[in-house]
Amino acid sequence: MVVCEKNVLLLLFAKRKMDRFMWTNGLLEMNETLVIQQRGVRLYDGEDKAKLDVGGVVLSTHRLLWRDQKNHECCICIPLSQVIFFEEQAAGIGKSAKIVIHLHPAPENKEPGPYQHSKYSYIKLSFKEHGQIEFYRRLTEEMTQKRWENTPVSQPIPTGTGPKAGRTRAVGIVGIERKLEEKRKETDKNISEAFEDLSKLMEKAKEMVELSRSIANKIKDKQGDITEDETIRFKSYLLSMGIANPVTRETHGSGTQYHIQLAKQLGDMLQAPLEERGGMMALTEVYCLVNRARGMELLSPEDLVNACKIFESLKLPLRLRVFDSGVMVVQLQSHSEEEMIASALDNVSDKGSLTAEEFAKLLGLSVLLAKERLLLAEKMGHLCRDDSVEGLRFYPNLF
Amino acid sequence: MHRRGVGAGAIAKKKLAEAKYKERGSVLAEDQIAQMSKQLDTFKTHLEEFASKHKQEIRKSSQFRVQFQEMCATIGVDPLASGKGFWPEMLGVGDFYYELGVQIIEVCLALKHRNGGLITLDELHHRVLKGRGKFAQDVSQDDLVRAIKKLKAMGNGFGMIPVGGTYLVQSVPAELNMDHTVVLQLAEKKGYVTVSEIRESLKWEKERACHVLDHLLKEGLAWLDSQAAGEPQYWLPALFSELLSQDVTPEEANQMTP
Repeated sequence: MVVCEKNVLLLLFAKRKMDRFMWTNGLLEMNETLVIQQRGVRLYDGEDKAKLDVGGVVLSTHRLLWRDQKNHECCICIPLSQVIFFEEQAAGIGKSAKIVIHLHPAPENKEPGPYQHSKYSYIKLSFKEHGQIEFYRRLTEEMTQKRWENTPVSQPIPTGTGPKAGRTRAVGIVGIERKLEEKRKETDKNISEAFEDLSKLMEKAKEMVELSRSIANKIKDKQGDITEDETIRFKSYLLSMGIANPVTRETHGSGTQYHIQLAKQLGDMLQAPLEERGGMMALTEVYCLVNRARGMELLSPEDLVNACKIFESLKLPLRLRVFDSGVMVVQLQSHSEEEMIASALDNVSDKGSLTAEEFAKLLGLSVLLAKERLLLAEKMGHLCRDDSVEGLRFYPNLF
Repeated sequence: MHRRGVGAGAIAKKKLAEAKYKERGSVLAEDQIAQMSKQLDTFKTHLEEFASKHKQEIRKSSQFRVQFQEMCATIGVDPLASGKGFWPEMLGVGDFYYELGVQIIEVCLALKHRNGGLITLDELHHRVLKGRGKFAQDVSQDDLVRAIKKLKAMGNGFGMIPVGGTYLVQSVPAELNMDHTVVLQLAEKKGYVTVSEIRESLKWEKERACHVLDHLLKEGLAWLDSQAAGEPQYWLPALFSELLSQDVTPEEANQMTP
């Protein structure tokens, strides 16, 4: 991206920026014209707030000036010729929109300014009272027209291309601008080329979809004429393409090798975590756990669900379970339903009554799963509820 | 006589032809599956070519991702269905969304005690971006929506409710019917709602309004301010928590535009 290139270029220069500013009386010179001014602007030295308050920024044909709003004596400026490149930075939550300005290193004959040294190669203007759009537009105009080159002013304003600038001569401001412009055009071109290639790719993908539909229809009409083997192969093709199986409506049923493998992996991986959590975990928890562990080549939610669905058929000691509320959990086979209900009843009887939160704390479960267990016990008639605005509380069912 | 064409013999012939066609029919399907295998290989090559040129685009440009997803949807392809599909494997599009899914779940879980499992898409976006750090790829709201749609497969009540101009993301299986949704939309403007407001705007009876509000209270989605001037106010933390976000530092607060 352009940023990387910029940083590489700027490494060639020294990295000193706010030190480009000079004190000035703020008066415009002869031949220097005011272009636009904007109040409510705070300066940044790179990423750090400048040790100055909020002020007004002025753009002239020759310079960028900044004056403290409270103390009008405090006024600093920088010649536009020092500007290599600038860009907008959009506003965020609690953050104003900004214009980031990248500058040449300070020439040795520079007049004194508010900073002696700066470690940054850019400054920022933060527009606390907006106005950044118009300001950016005018700045772009001035940087394109470069009127300061045509109308030299009486006070000597150091430029960045003097003989003392050293290595900067090799990559002059015009050269850099051109290169950046080319890079930008190339990025745009890349994107439109990408879209074109994408359309072509999609055409081919569409053919695959149509073919698969045709095959599915044939399978539907002539049941049993395709071998088991071929069906499995067909399903794996659908999986690769991300095409929903037109017959079963699933993207892939059980029976793909991938999911069998995955189910076995999960069987191993989840034993310990499940034991730690009372034998049950919400599927979303499992998703996070497994994907965080993998780091890359992550599972899709559907992969996980489909692998869990075949635990039983593979004789693994885990089960996928869906509660009435729609919550999906993975539970250890050893934690049977009767056990869970018995434990819920025991705990509730012990304490007289329990809410889901209290039960969760007791067992070290998530509130969600604690609630599901209580609901299950209620469903089986062992608990009854007291539902009020203070919450849902469960009591042993004495009926 | 020519009428012989419609005799028993003709019928037998017809049956034989039908049987042959049936046989051919099954062979055709087999052929097609073999054909599909070949076409799949060709497609894979095209996809590899595309990936070598444009893989960056998917990761960097949310605009490109939107376009890509919409095209896939149009032709009936779900590039995110399985991590084992071509699309994720070659374009790396899967990991982006699956990881986003993890982040979304974690944010929702972390805030559930505060907002009951309901959060605005804006706040979710803000917090996910924060969690990703300065140098991570950009994530758009469209990306979030697609990731959430995928999460639905895992039960647990992930859903999106339209309010105002945006969405509320639900991450708990609380049952929310039309009545609840309408009240949420009403509350969106100020972050809270009162019984009178509901009766005025929606023309409901008091019982209906109270029933809905009680349900929201029970589910932890609303908090009651019984000491408010006038009548009790029902506040929805999902809607006002962004304004009162405790993560804004005093420094940042000074920076905020007037």
